[in-house]
Amino acid sequence: MRVALFWMLAVASIVSGWRVFRTDSMVRAAYWLMASFVAVGIIMVQLDAEFLGLVLILMMAGEMTIMAVFMVMFMMNPAGLNPMMMVHQHRASIVAGVLAFVGLAGVGIFARFPEPTLRASGQVTAQLGHELLGDSMLIFETAGVALLATMIGALAIAGATGRFGSADEGSQEPGEA
Amino acid sequence: MSREVLLVLGAALFGIGVYGALSQQSFVMIMMGLELMVNGAIVAAVTLWSRAAAHSPKGQLLAVVFMTVMAVEAAIGFALVTNVFRIRRADITEKLKALRG
Repeated sequence: MRVALFWMLAVASIVSGWRVFRTDSMVRAAYWLMASFVAVGIIMVQLDAEFLGLVLILMMAGEMTIMAVFMVMFMMNPAGLNPMMMVHQHRASIVAGVLAFVGLAGVGIFARFPEPTLRASGQVTAQLGHELLGDSMLIFETAGVALLATMIGALAIAGATGRFGSADEGSQEPGEA
Repeated sequence: MSREVLLVLGAALFGIGVYGALSQQSFVMIMMGLELMVNGAIVAAVTLWSRAAAHSPKGQLLAVVFMTVMAVEAAIGFALVTNVFRIRRADITEKLKALRG
């Protein structure tokens, strides 16, 4: 039962990941990506990483909803009524993707990894919580500060007005100078 | 669910992400490719924690770092897309050729 569920989720995550680049609507692409992340999140729960799996699902639900809004704003092809295939260097990209897959899968299959130790036992989430707010607090706090810096940076980059008026005050197209 | 199957799953997601990031013209779709690549990396990290070091919660911290990377990439990416669109009216990579040598 557990194994069958895993295989269904694995196939679902790959297929929905593939559909992201094969659908005609960018909003649908965002939700296909979310489906892929939800499948991976459930697989993580199966692998005993319950907390991280659920955090991934919650995070992606929010992020993909925001992404869908951005998609609507930037979409050249409203509602996916027309076929959409906007690619460049298509053949080279396919080759690069296949090479990345073959190389990484080869490492995953043939590399020697440490022998499996004990399975996760007991209260994994509680252990992770003590770790995050104990020995590994520096990592946790660094992630928090990085996210704060990201928020400030994103606002500074995206803002329409800067300190001295319009954000593109004084900027000119490259090549015009 | 053996370790090999899980790592191949991560590799497949990463490979699809590489394809998307390299082939798409729209900035937002390129970011989706990047997110898929991080998705594959998260699968691999959690797999190795679960199959090789599950006695200690420390291994999960790598996945926490990956999730942070994903959030940072999405936020800064959208900010850049917004800025580029506002100033250059560009929404696909082909419209930003000014830096080409």
